[in-house]
Amino acid sequence: MTVGVLAFHGDFAEHIQILEDLNVKSKEVRSLQDLAVVHRLIIPGGESTVISQFLFASGVAEEIRRRVREENFPVYGTCAGAILLAKRVTGKNPPRALGLMDMTVNRNAYGTQRESFEATLKIPGEKTPLSVAFIRAPVIERVGPRVEVLASHKGHPVLVQEGSLLAGTFHPEVRADKRIHELFLSL
Amino acid sequence: MSGESCSGWYDECHVNSKRNQLGEDLARMLKGGVIMDVVTAKQAKLAERAGACSVMALERVPSDIRKEGGVARMSDPQLIREIQDAVSIPVMAKVRIGHAAEAKILEELGVDFIDESEVLTPADPFDHIDKRKFKIPFVCGATNLGEALRRVQEGAAMIRTKGEAGTGNVIEAVRHLKLIKREIAELKKMKPEELKAYASAERVEVALVKRVREEGRLPVVTFVAGGVATPADAALLMDIGAEGVFVGSGIFKSKDPRRFAEAIVKATVHYKDLKVVTKVSTGLGAAMPGLEISGLPIKMQERGW
Repeated sequence: MTVGVLAFHGDFAEHIQILEDLNVKSKEVRSLQDLAVVHRLIIPGGESTVISQFLFASGVAEEIRRRVREENFPVYGTCAGAILLAKRVTGKNPPRALGLMDMTVNRNAYGTQRESFEATLKIPGEKTPLSVAFIRAPVIERVGPRVEVLASHKGHPVLVQEGSLLAGTFHPEVRADKRIHELFLSL
Repeated sequence: MSGESCSGWYDECHVNSKRNQLGEDLARMLKGGVIMDVVTAKQAKLAERAGACSVMALERVPSDIRKEGGVARMSDPQLIREIQDAVSIPVMAKVRIGHAAEAKILEELGVDFIDESEVLTPADPFDHIDKRKFKIPFVCGATNLGEALRRVQEGAAMIRTKGEAGTGNVIEAVRHLKLIKREIAELKKMKPEELKAYASAERVEVALVKRVREEGRLPVVTFVAGGVATPADAALLMDIGAEGVFVGSGIFKSKDPRRFAEAIVKATVHYKDLKVVTKVSTGLGAAMPGLEISGLPIKMQERGW
């Protein structure tokens, strides 16, 4: 199994490092040819406006949509990646998203870098909480009936799943916590 | 990194109290992107639409600072606010070297990153800002490894080369990036006593030097800046090992800023793909006019230490 990491921009190297630590083969994805040989995909953190442009210009966006629809292609989005998975994006200058998960995400809802924070999260099946970073993070404001909330922080869902799709508004990869990636690999 | 000895302040044992971890995380999110200098809200919007991952809000781009002379200071907070209101991507702004009061104003404004920059006129002849006292992260310029490490030790969450701003001449950015890389490679060959001597000569903690030697890279994200004027310049620097690119005068002093902005973003993302770099370089029109480094009356890269 090869896990693709969308590598237009953002912290894709950190995701690849975690996959390496888990002994999972990974591949940077920048084109349709790259996407064709991967079995799962991670959309990293970064600026969603930038990633969105390259996703749609390269044709990779349409192919991700098709594979999710027809093959239950597993995709995990962190922060910017979570924004791009959402059906509806609110906030200032929202980017064009893939629209795959039934949720509304508000971009940079916490504010600027001054409001970035660290938190510990409880996730199902894990005894010790995760220590993660929320960097200029979005807020999941609404989830549809088919979306399962796996973790919340101060009343907002922060880790959600819908079928083969997983979205988190925080970054486990910059704290080298492998558990969310293991969860994703088990979907 | 766990299990190491806790000799200096700069090691993993004291990580959370001494480093701006959240700032370093934000820098990671910017990787592979282009940060553009903008002087109006309109330019900021153009930069965002063209794919900039962040904008640097300032009153004059470096080439105008060079031309007009005088003391260059932090921008008017009004201008910074207008730019913050215009875009959703992170907004950076510059302060003079050592000017902690300007930095506190920027923190109050809630900018996302502060650039303690040699492009502005230095304010303190002795010290750079003690960046560990701020929640907002700092990016600082460096011309070599020792300078980069002094800035990291002071709390910088991101390093950029100084290059020679406002010249449209890329040679100094190439020089600084290559020097940093070479000096890191040289650390690997040093014996323990030589490492100590190096740390002492460069006025940095031995633990920090050891970490750089072990990891073979700076401990924070490293961008290039200073003289980038074309998509090919960006591709060249990414290929040498830059993790992203700052473009100052190169965009809004070119003939067609929108096309230059888009082209430099594409060349940065796809720097390994010659077809893309060639395509975006074709028919672009005139880049900003360039300057020869040897003829400059002021070298901005010599500011700071």
